[in-house]
Order: sequence, then structure tokens, then C-alpha cells
Amino acid sequence: MIEIHLILLFMITAAVIAVEVKDLLSSVVAIGSVGIGLSLAFLVLKAPDLAIMQLVVEILSLIILVRATMRKDLPFSISGRWVFNTFATIFFLIVFLTAAYIALKNIQSFGNPVLGISKTYIDKGMEMTGASNVVAAITLNFRSLDSLGEAMALLTSVIGILAVARRIGYNKRS
Amino acid sequence: MNMHAKEEKGMTLIVKTVTRLTLGFILLYGIYIALSGHASPGGGFAGGVIVALSFVHIMLAFGKEVALKRLHSNMLRFSIGISALVFLYIVMVKFSGGCMPVNVFFARSISCEIFNNEVTIPLCQMVIVSAGMFTTFVALVLLSKTDKDAE
Amino acid sequence: MSVYVLCFILFSIGLYCVLRKRNLIKIIIGIGIMEYAVNLFFILIGYRFEGRSPIYAHDKVIKNMVDPLPQAVVLTSIVIGLSVTLMLIAVAMRIYERYKTFDITKINRLKG
Repeated sequence: MIEIHLILLFMITAAVIAVEVKDLLSSVVAIGSVGIGLSLAFLVLKAPDLAIMQLVVEILSLIILVRATMRKDLPFSISGRWVFNTFATIFFLIVFLTAAYIALKNIQSFGNPVLGISKTYIDKGMEMTGASNVVAAITLNFRSLDSLGEAMALLTSVIGILAVARRIGYNKRS
Repeated sequence: MNMHAKEEKGMTLIVKTVTRLTLGFILLYGIYIALSGHASPGGGFAGGVIVALSFVHIMLAFGKEVALKRLHSNMLRFSIGISALVFLYIVMVKFSGGCMPVNVFFARSISCEIFNNEVTIPLCQMVIVSAGMFTTFVALVLLSKTDKDAE
Repeated sequence: MSVYVLCFILFSIGLYCVLRKRNLIKIIIGIGIMEYAVNLFFILIGYRFEGRSPIYAHDKVIKNMVDPLPQAVVLTSIVIGLSVTLMLIAVAMRIYERYKTFDITKINRLKG
């Protein structure tokens, strides 16, 4: 599995560039390359549904981010609240790394998953649902209410964006 | 063409011609991805985002007047509402424990499991996602336009 | 194991970006990086050596499928992450229109 290591190193490099570069538009393009790397990683890890989904979602969010940050550049300094900010960053990183270390000792080794309920899905998914794609069988049949709730979350987000971005009532004074 | 006044909006002539040629194929590909999700990789959400990207494609190439004339915002709201109501109907069928309303409304030969799950849910997901994403994009572009006017 | 460690490093970069940077767009980018790392970690847990993608063929028996349940969960997670990102961008653009800046320490005036 050398290719997944290479893809992850590429993603980490692009993420560091996206965090540290001064120009906002370059930063947005770098985060797009992180998303494309994630899509390649899904393809290597045998998840073609997620590869298609991640690629398409990445293109849409990249277009909207470029529209949002176009010609709005500003230099960012790190003058104010320097001490508090640094201590908060170090504290949260230590908390996260401790939790990650504890989780890493208890997790199963890479490449040998413990199949719990998904053994039932793999064995009987074909004759119970008739769908040859097991992921589609799970999202549309076994856990279809989950999928409906996901659509409701999307609808709530659209309603919220329309409420935030409306023009009536905001521009009345100016 | 009679679009000399609008030739200034949007991108160049090459981009407009290529957009006009490839638009139908992108729409068709999105619908194919959404409808064949149970047999091959894909699904309702990926297909919906591809359909929304084709509308975004029109909007980037031709400017916002042409895109909004072709797909009015009232129609977007109407399709989102209809799809949400169909979802509500599916949930009510599931909770009532059977497929009784399906057999009242449609022919008895349709198997209700297949009808409910593998055609209706991806179609509604596709309509909700595409209409929602395009509405979001239009709202954000209009927001940035007012920002540019304010400066 | 080293793949898990690389995934945690990616999450740490996102956490650093959220906590340390003062630009709103940079904070949105950091949240996106954290979301990518979590999605990738789910898929890494379900991977199996010499595994096949979870799609049946018509006439042949396929053994050694990878775990399909994390893929179904992550499919939900990607869409919710997209809607959260779009909502954050809308709020950030409205803040820019009000205050003419993305700097979070300069957004302190009360404007009704």
C-alpha cells in the first residue's frame, strides 16, 4: 500500500500550502487540490461511489469559494491576542493528540476490519433488496430514513442561506 | 444571432458555443448517474450535483439573466416543495407499515418496494439537491453583486 | 498504522488553521480540511487487504468485499459538510458586506 501513503503525503503538503500561503485565491486553489487528492484516495481504497461524490462536491464548493474570495484580498497579521491564541492552539492540539494516541492503541490494525452488522448486509443484501450495489442497498433500503434526514438537512441549509442572503430589509438604510 | 446586446455579458464566443453543445450531455449524464445508482457507482446526490453544475455552467457562460430566464426561481421553489412532499409521503408509507396508498394510487402490478426505494428516492434526491444547490449559487452570486455595487 | 498517523496529522493541520488564523476564509478552509480527514479515517477503518469494491457482478461470486457501512455513512457526511460550508460562506460574505473586512478581531462594532 505505497500509493495511499503517497496520496496522503500529497494531501498534507497541499494542506500546509493552503494554510500558510498569503494570497486567498491561491489558498482556495490549494484546498481544491486537497479535495482531488481525497477523491483519488477513495478510488484507491475501493469506494467508487465516494470518489464520484467527492469530485463533484469539490468542484461545486471550489466554484463558490472562488466567487466569494475574488478580488477580496487582505494581509493578515498576527499581532493582537498572540499569547492567548498560541496557548489555546497548543492546548487543543495536545488534547487531540492524546485522544488520538489512546484511540490508536485500541483500534484494529489497518487492513483487517471487524465486520459486525455489515456481514449481514454483504451476505443478504443482494437477495433482500435486489440492488447489486451494496452501498446503494444500505442507503436506500436498510437505512433509508437516514438518507431522508440527510435531504432534510440540505433543505434546512438552503432555507438558512436564503434567509441570510436576502436583500430586502438589509439595504434599506444604505 | 439576435443577442448582440447580451454579447458583452458572460464569457467569449467560443465558451458560449461549447456550452451550447455540451449542455444536454451533462444533463443526461447527471440523470443517468442518478437513475442507475443501484447497479453501478453513483446515486441520487451525485447526479443532483451534476445537474446543478450544468445550470451553473449556463450561468457562468451566459450571465445570470439568461440562466434565470431559462429556469425561473419560482419553478425552483416549486420543485423543492414537491420533492419534500414526496419524501413526506414515503416516510408516512413506511411508518404505516405497508404499501397500501401506493396500490390505491397506481396499478397493482408495481412492486411497492422497488417503486418506493430505487426510483422514487433517487429522483427526489436529484431534484432536491440540484434545485437547492442552484438556488444557493444564485443567492450567493446576487449577494456578491450587491457587495460590488455598494463599493 | 502509519496511514492512521498521517490522517491524524492532516486533522491537526486543520485544527491549527481554525485556531490560529484570523481570516474568515482561512477558518472555513480549516474546517474543510478537518472534514476531509475525518471522512478519510472512516474509509481507512473499513479497508481490507486484497479487497474488492462492494458491487456484485451477475455471474461470478465476489469474496473479500471491503466494509460497505462506513461508505454509506460517509456518503451522508459529505453532503452535510457541503451544506455547512455553503452556509459558512454565506455568513462570511454578509459579514464582509457589513464590516468590509475578513479579520475576526476587527469585527467588534455593534451595528444593528
